[in-house]
Amino acid sequence: MLDIRGLAKSFNGHTVLDHIDLSVPRGSTTVVVGASGCGKTTLLRIVAGFESPDAGTVSIDGRQVAGPDRSVAAHRRGVGYVAQDGALFPHLTVGQNIAYGLPGSARRRKVRNRVAELLETVSLDPSYASRRPHELSGGQQQRVALARALARKPVLMLLDEPFSALDTGLRASTRKAVAALLADAGVTTLLVTHDQEEALSVADQIAVMRDGRFTQVGAPQHVYRQPRDRFTAEFLGDCIALPCTVAAGFAECALGRVPVGHSVGDGPATLALRPEQLRATIVSDTAQAGGADDSRGGVGTVIATEFLGHDVLLTIDPAGDNGPIVVRQHSLNHPAVDAKVRIEVIGSGVALK
Amino acid sequence: MVAPPLSRPAIEVSRSEAAARPGPFVSATVAILVAATCIPLGYVVWGAISVGWSRAYELVVRPRVGELLVNTVSLVVVTVPLCVAIGVAVAWLVERTDLPGRTLWRPLFVAPLAIPAFVNSYAWVGVIPSLHGLWAGVLISTLSYFPFMYLPVAATLRRLDPAVEESARALGSDSAGVFFRVVLPQLRLAILGGGLLIGVHLLAEFGAFAMVRFDTFTVAIFQQFQVTFDGAAGSMLAGVLVLLCLVLLVAEATARGTARYARVGSGAPRAATPIPLRHFAIPATASLVALAALALGVPVWTILRWLSIGGTDVWDVDAIATALGQTIGLAAAAAVLTTVLAFPVAWVAVRSHGVLARMVEGANYITSSLPGIVTALALVTVAIHFARPLYQSVPLILFAYVLLFMPRALVNVRAGLAQVPPGLEEASRSLGSSPTATFFRVTLRLTAPAAAAAAAFVFVAVATELTATLLLAPTGTRTLSMLFWSFSSELDFAAAAPYALVLVLLAIPVTLVLFRQSTKVAAL
Repeated sequence: MLDIRGLAKSFNGHTVLDHIDLSVPRGSTTVVVGASGCGKTTLLRIVAGFESPDAGTVSIDGRQVAGPDRSVAAHRRGVGYVAQDGALFPHLTVGQNIAYGLPGSARRRKVRNRVAELLETVSLDPSYASRRPHELSGGQQQRVALARALARKPVLMLLDEPFSALDTGLRASTRKAVAALLADAGVTTLLVTHDQEEALSVADQIAVMRDGRFTQVGAPQHVYRQPRDRFTAEFLGDCIALPCTVAAGFAECALGRVPVGHSVGDGPATLALRPEQLRATIVSDTAQAGGADDSRGGVGTVIATEFLGHDVLLTIDPAGDNGPIVVRQHSLNHPAVDAKVRIEVIGSGVALK
Repeated sequence: MVAPPLSRPAIEVSRSEAAARPGPFVSATVAILVAATCIPLGYVVWGAISVGWSRAYELVVRPRVGELLVNTVSLVVVTVPLCVAIGVAVAWLVERTDLPGRTLWRPLFVAPLAIPAFVNSYAWVGVIPSLHGLWAGVLISTLSYFPFMYLPVAATLRRLDPAVEESARALGSDSAGVFFRVVLPQLRLAILGGGLLIGVHLLAEFGAFAMVRFDTFTVAIFQQFQVTFDGAAGSMLAGVLVLLCLVLLVAEATARGTARYARVGSGAPRAATPIPLRHFAIPATASLVALAALALGVPVWTILRWLSIGGTDVWDVDAIATALGQTIGLAAAAAVLTTVLAFPVAWVAVRSHGVLARMVEGANYITSSLPGIVTALALVTVAIHFARPLYQSVPLILFAYVLLFMPRALVNVRAGLAQVPPGLEEASRSLGSSPTATFFRVTLRLTAPAAAAAAAFVFVAVATELTATLLLAPTGTRTLSMLFWSFSSELDFAAAAPYALVLVLLAIPVTLVLFRQSTKVAAL
């Protein structure tokens, strides 16, 4: 559906996009996630037609819209675009905003009906049509911007950090509503964000970007569980890295023998685990002294606890010369400081060179 | 007379990651306009080269030039500090003390801007016929121009955070100490900007000083032009005048430095507690009344007095109607043309950065300070040598107005354009509107108020313009200011009065716009 090949762009000699490849399948949602300044917004603006690439091609629905020899103007691409702040026209009412891209006057019955229908699609009452953008809340403005972009039935929807201007509570609910709406409409969507949680929750395909390149592209579950490098692993969430030695599909580390996914080959490596894969349980001194069943998990002493309500963060000093390990788990009857704990590893880790 | 602040290189506005590149049409228009703004400077340089070094030296180093230099420099050196003192004192009294009638005073001290300086001069000569020389020039220009200082200083005072002054008090400063050590330094930028604007007006004014027989460079250039038409002596004088302007610009830029005063910390500042005047209230009110009487009362009273003396005889309705029609025609054409042409220039200045944008800023900064007489002389010379049929034609005078008042239109249009987020234009394009349609449906619509203000400023500036109009107006043209000038030059003060009245009435609405703009800026 959307096909990006070898896309490159630099501003004043500074490379912003470094030969990017990306395919977005029809009807799916792809999220490009990266820190600010990594080039993700430039990518989106090139697809929208606000910038032209230095090299590479962009094809939408089999039609090449940007390339070395031809470039289709933004208004002829049939692409929907929702900016960070919604970019509603302040001089028009909500209804006129939504009708902006529709043929015919906003007063015509046909257009009015379509506007009402679109407002309903984004769960706003049709009476909003006569309001001014500044009379709406941030979340409502964002929904109007979406309705406005949907009015022209775009083949591709581009969302540029569409939820970042909203406050936390509103962000989650708007995100959920928009994702559901776009999925129902079957619109192919490309969204960029710096918020990894947002990326993981709405994406069918996630692309992690760093310095103008994708470090990894794939299904959210896969990229989260099986990151290919340390940056990707740490960008998508908290990550515990331990030195280890890999042999025959297992990593030998301070927490014992941990199975690893796709292997980097035997030898010394770094083992990456997610905090939720670890569970600390109190062990009695006698059990420790017995030293029974040491094959899985390691033993350590809790040196600090941080109570976060639902969860608790335990900082555990493992035996041996490793640095402290942070374990996040539910806060019910959590081990106290100075308690001896056994750290158990659930599932498999990832070995990184 | 009504003039918004001089335009200066824009403070870096936030620009989209990649600035849009202007299309060939816009680039060509802007390049032609920038080239055209170089005509006055080019005329001066070309004049100096063509007469030869030794002759130029001879023309510049002569007693007459020395006399003019002394006159002009003394005028600036005396008037600007006077305006600073009056403007700052009035602004402080009105904005910061418990002086009664604040809402009445505020517009009253902006109102003198509605009276062209040459009308003010005419009024004073009517009251004191023997008025002449440097002190007459100082009196009239101070009364005409102090609002240029009052406006920005009052706006800044309203914006200052009172918490800073309270801290100074807590640190042991008394009222005077707070004013000189904390308030005055924060007014520096406003004072410098106002001072530059007043200086530029002093150098450019012709009518007001000619009326009181005070010879500045501009007056002398005008007289020289009437005698020798296109002489080397005139262009040499113009050269010295341009140098004086550049000295002003450089002095202001140096004094300004890179200073920026911003309030540190967040949140809206509280309103300041008015300082009680106590037993100073009566003398303070009395001085403000006196100032208002001198700046407003004298011109208004004189015009009304001459009108009553002239009776119905001076109301030559046909002549006034014709002059009004011609004035409105010229002013409206110039206002529309200038505002339309200001759009591509403002767009380049706001939305792109590059050689062209920097050239626009630079050219605009310098031309905004050039006296109208230099521009007019340059166009006369160019027309005579290269485009004879254009001399004394409507297109040429409109072109002169565009060059003279483009900076005023630009200040407004640029501010309006800078407030249209590029994101809105992009949203429009992604919704299927072509760049041209986007300009008309979004950009132009949102800039309309700013463009209207720009057109209004240019309209009044043209309607009350005298110097360039006298030099360039097509034969048979009789604008209000030209007729006013010819009657008052013949000392027929009563016949001139109706024209003075109409000129003032034309300027009042735009002065109101200026007043409202300045209060709005302060409210930000």
